[in-house]
Amino acid sequence: MVSTTEQRTATQVGPRKGRSPWADARRRFLRNKAAMGGLILLLFVAAFALFGDVLAQYSNEELDYMVMGQIVELGGPSIASGHYFGTDDLGRDLYARTVQGTQISLAVGVVGALIAVIVGTIYGATAGYVGGRTDSIMMRLVDIFMAVPYMFVLILLLVMYGRSITILFVGVGLISWMEMARIVRGQTLSLKGREFIEAAQATGVAAPVIIARHIVPNLLGVIAVYTTLLVPLMILTESFISFLGLGVQEPMTSLGALISEGAGTIAYGTTWQLGFPLLFFVLTLFGFFFVGDGLRDALDPKDR
Amino acid sequence: MSSLLSVRDLRVTFPITRAGDMPWTAPRQLRAVNGIDFDLEAGKTLGVVGESGCGKSTLARGLIQMVPASGQVVWRGETDLLSLSRRQMKRYRSEIQMVFQDPLASLNPRMTLGQIIAEPLKTHRSDLSSEERRRRVAAMMERVGLLPQMINRYPHEFSGGQCQRIGIARALVMEPKLLICDEPVSALDVSIQAQVVDLLKDLQRDLGLAMIFIAHDLSVVKHISEEVMVLYLGRVMEKAPKSALFADPQHPYTQALMSAVPIPDPVAERAKKVIALDGDLPSPMAPPSGCVFRTRCPRAQSECAQTVPQPGTDAHRTACLFPGPTKQSELGHEM
Repeated sequence: MVSTTEQRTATQVGPRKGRSPWADARRRFLRNKAAMGGLILLLFVAAFALFGDVLAQYSNEELDYMVMGQIVELGGPSIASGHYFGTDDLGRDLYARTVQGTQISLAVGVVGALIAVIVGTIYGATAGYVGGRTDSIMMRLVDIFMAVPYMFVLILLLVMYGRSITILFVGVGLISWMEMARIVRGQTLSLKGREFIEAAQATGVAAPVIIARHIVPNLLGVIAVYTTLLVPLMILTESFISFLGLGVQEPMTSLGALISEGAGTIAYGTTWQLGFPLLFFVLTLFGFFFVGDGLRDALDPKDR
Repeated sequence: MSSLLSVRDLRVTFPITRAGDMPWTAPRQLRAVNGIDFDLEAGKTLGVVGESGCGKSTLARGLIQMVPASGQVVWRGETDLLSLSRRQMKRYRSEIQMVFQDPLASLNPRMTLGQIIAEPLKTHRSDLSSEERRRRVAAMMERVGLLPQMINRYPHEFSGGQCQRIGIARALVMEPKLLICDEPVSALDVSIQAQVVDLLKDLQRDLGLAMIFIAHDLSVVKHISEEVMVLYLGRVMEKAPKSALFADPQHPYTQALMSAVPIPDPVAERAKKVIALDGDLPSPMAPPSGCVFRTRCPRAQSECAQTVPQPGTDAHRTACLFPGPTKQSELGHEM
C-alpha cells in the first residue's frame, strides 16, 4: 500500500523528502493513545497555569472577610460566590492560589529539567567522547557530588540565603544534571565505537563538531525521554521542600505548599483544600509520565 | 619517482590493562601490527589479506593516525604522516579517505544522504558556497550510481549495497589520492560485492586513485589488486605482485589460504586437497617465538622457534625459512 505510492512519487523528478527517523517516531507517538491522553492532560494543565487567572474572581492574596471564621460553612467550592475551588484556611481564593501554585510547580519542573538537559548533555557527552583520564575525573566528580545528601544541602541553602524562588531554581538545577550526565555519557560511549563516528574522525572533523553533529542528535531520543520523566521528579522535589515549609514564600505558593496546608486542615472537614491542589498535582505527574512513556516507545530503536 | 605512500617498520601496540591491575603495574603490550614495510604507487592497488585478528584493520587505522602508531608513513616522498600533530594531519585527511566495512553503521542515521556526502566538503572546503557544495554532492552521487532525487533520504531507507555506494561517495567527494577500503564488501551479498568492486575499479581508473584494499576473501583481492600482501599476527608473511602470488605462492600460510578458496566445480572441488591449519590464531599478546606462524605450520622445524624470518626487500618476498611450493605430504584430508 505504502510502497506503491512511494514508488510513484520516487519516479517523479526532483528530490523527494526522506522519511526521517523523527517523522517515524512522531507517527508512532501520535498513534499511542495513552501518550496522546497524557499530552492533552499536560496541555490542559499548562493552559490552566497560563490563562487560569482570567477566570479568577479574586487575587491569590486578598482575604475574603465574608467567609473568614466560617470556612467550613461558607468557604466551600461554589460558582455563586466566585470561589470555584473554595477558599483556603484564611479565606483566600483557592482557585487563584491553585493557578499560581501550578505555575510555580511547572516552572520549577521545567527549569530543573532544562538545566539538566543543557549541563548534563554537554558534560556527559564530553566526558564520554574524550574518554580516558578526563572521563574518569569528570565522572568521579559526579559520583562525589551525588554522594552528598542533596536535600540537606538544599535546606541549608534555603536557610542561609532565605527562602526565594531563585534559590529553589538553583538548588533543583544543582542536583538534576548529574543523573542526566551519567545517562548521556553511557550512551555516548556506546555511540563512540560506531563506524560513522570513526568515519568522521578519519575525515578530520573536529571533536566539538563530532559531538554536536553526530553524537548529540543520536542521543536526543534518550534525552527527550529522560527529560519528560525528570520534570515530575523536579516537581516532586519542590513539593517535598514546600511540604517541609521551606519552599516558596507567602503569599506565593506551590502545589506542594497547598497540599501541605490542605493536609493540615483536613480534620476540620475542608476536603476541597486538599482535593483541588492534589488533583492538579496528580494530573501533571500523570501527564508527564504518560508522555515520557509514549516517547520512549516511539523512539525505541528496538521497536523498529 | 618516489612512491605515493611508503611505509617503513609500521608498528601499532596497544597497552592492555587487566581488571585488578594496580595503576603502577606496567600494562601488557598487544602488538597488533608488528613492523610492516610496503610502498604504494599512485593509481595502484595493494590488497591486504589475512584471517580475522591479524591486524589488517589496525594497519589501515595506523596509517592515518586513528590509532597511535610508530614507524614511518611517508606521503608523496616528503611528509612523514606519523610525525604530524593532529592539526597538521588534518590537511592530509582530505587526501586519504576511508571506506568502512559495515555500510549502514558507517552512516549517521540522523543525517540525510546529502548531508553525509557533504561532510568532508564542509570540513575541508568551508570556502565553497552551499550551491557549489550541493552541485558536487549531486555529481558524486551520480558517479557512484545513486539517483539525485535520493539526496534528502536517510540511510535506513537504503539497501546495503546502496549504503556502501554512499560511503564511497563520501570518501571520494574530496577527490583523494588514496582510498583505504577496510573490507568494503565483506558485509554484502556476492552479487552486490561484484557491483561494488567493479564500481571501485572504474572509479580508480577514472580518478587515478591508489587503493589499499583489505579483505579476507582472496578472490575479491585477486580481482582488484596489482600487489597482494598476506598478513599473519601483525606481520607480513608474503608480499608479491598478484600474478606471482597466485601462480606461485611460496609461504605455507599463503598456500593454506589459497587451498581454502572453493572451486566453482563440484568435481574439482571434491577432488581438491586442502592444507588444514590446526588450532587458532595465537594471542597477539604472547606471540610464538621465532616465526609467528610456526605453531600452525606444516613445515615447522626446530629452527623456526629460534629465528625470526625476514621478508627481505624483493618484489616477491616471503618471510619463511623454508619457502617453496606445497609438498604432497602437507596436503591434508580430502574435503
